[in-house]
Amino acid sequence: MRKQSRKPFDRSTIPDDLCPIATEGFLLRTGDWRAERPVVDRDKCVKCATCWMYCPTQCVVEKPKWFEANLDVCKGCGVCAQECPRHAITMIEEAEV
Amino acid sequence: MSKRITCEGNEAAAWAVALARPDMVAVYPITPQSSLAEHISQFVADGIIKADLVDVEGEHSVLSVLQGACLAGARTFTASCGQGLAFMFEPYFRTPPLRLPMVMSIVTRDGISPQCIWGGQQDAMTVREVGWIHMFCENNQEILDTLVMAFKIAEHRDVLLPVNVDHDGNYLSYSVETVEIPDQDKVDAFLGVKNTNWHAALDPDRPMAVDPLTGGAGGPGPAIFVRYRKGHCKAMQNAIRVITEVHEEWGRAFGRYHAPLVEEYRLEGADYAIVTIGSMAGAGKDAVDVARQDGEKVGLIKIKTFRPFPLQAVCEALSKVRAVGVVDRSVSFGWNSGPVYQEFQTAQYWLEERIPAVSFIGGLAGSDLTLKHFQRVIETTGRAFRGEVFREPIWLNEKDA
Repeated sequence: MRKQSRKPFDRSTIPDDLCPIATEGFLLRTGDWRAERPVVDRDKCVKCATCWMYCPTQCVVEKPKWFEANLDVCKGCGVCAQECPRHAITMIEEAEV
Repeated sequence: MSKRITCEGNEAAAWAVALARPDMVAVYPITPQSSLAEHISQFVADGIIKADLVDVEGEHSVLSVLQGACLAGARTFTASCGQGLAFMFEPYFRTPPLRLPMVMSIVTRDGISPQCIWGGQQDAMTVREVGWIHMFCENNQEILDTLVMAFKIAEHRDVLLPVNVDHDGNYLSYSVETVEIPDQDKVDAFLGVKNTNWHAALDPDRPMAVDPLTGGAGGPGPAIFVRYRKGHCKAMQNAIRVITEVHEEWGRAFGRYHAPLVEEYRLEGADYAIVTIGSMAGAGKDAVDVARQDGEKVGLIKIKTFRPFPLQAVCEALSKVRAVGVVDRSVSFGWNSGPVYQEFQTAQYWLEERIPAVSFIGGLAGSDLTLKHFQRVIETTGRAFRGEVFREPIWLNEKDA
């Protein structure tokens, strides 16, 4: 990602009850919403990148010999498991905390 | 030099838009607004309006395009009504909380179904709770003057809200009257320098995210959301003051003083009053004059600004009379009455003494509200003043013509 080259807008110059604007990022941990997690069978994965392409949250990351989901972001929707041509991904229920 | 022309209400509106020098206009034609769209297109083609006129595929796009334009610093205008307004609803709701100072004419039209392309105020009344300012006009000159003032009100720093200027479909849109078009230099001086995006902008020099996700339990979102809602409500209350100031300033600059919130007509010494909104005030005032000649002590209260609701001005007017008959050109289905009636009943809570009130509904689906109708309204309200109780609304076009 290209680094922000300009200074963010100084929002203190306008009233804070005026309208919804944001000048700094706030990352949602969408991984907290997950009921099931995708688990990749590394022996079956052939790195075809189908999961990487289909993931709605674009959270699949490339490893040396396989792909896997970034669990901070993955919502557990299961699209990758459905689409994997090698059936290398299994959805496992998240354990009760 | 100002000039006088004779034109229909929709053309008067288009002249007001020309005077305000918008940067971008997007309109999708819909009856009875269509001739307004045509006049604006013609003005752009003739170079009278130097704005980008966007051809859009529907009303949803109209307002979406203008939101972007507004965030880029443009002065914007559109017009719609009826089903067009219904199709526009998603961006329509989004515009006021984003505090985008747009101006939009609603050339009011009745609600569908039954299938109807004629006048009625059901469209504007149905969206009364969406956070736009609503001002209703009585005649073509008031349309022209109010539309120009609307830009100043919308862009005022204590308001920053979109403004709807509502005028009656059929009865004003196509009515021909003589109007005075003020001098462009004087209007330029009146409106001043525009700055529509100092608070929220699509501007690489001021990077910001506009309208980020705000809410959700367990985080700071809901408190931030509430802060914006409170700010919006505060701005609506500020608008009561600003609308009054801008109308006074207009009167000083152009010599025409319109009642900014509520007009009191012959309320001095009145026993009771009738209440009107929009173009029906003309016939209503005539009926009051006739009744006064006959010795009936009746006056008229005309609503100009309906959103924000001018509670104090309404209470002041109501405290001068001892019965009231409210004429609506639309229906509040949930209350078996008209919406203006319903809100007058709410306002009565702040009066020291509650007074009898009667709801009249008329002028639906393009029907006229004539002198005869208002004589019936006055006669019935007089009976309420003398003690008769009316629990049901009175439907004016049901019986008499």
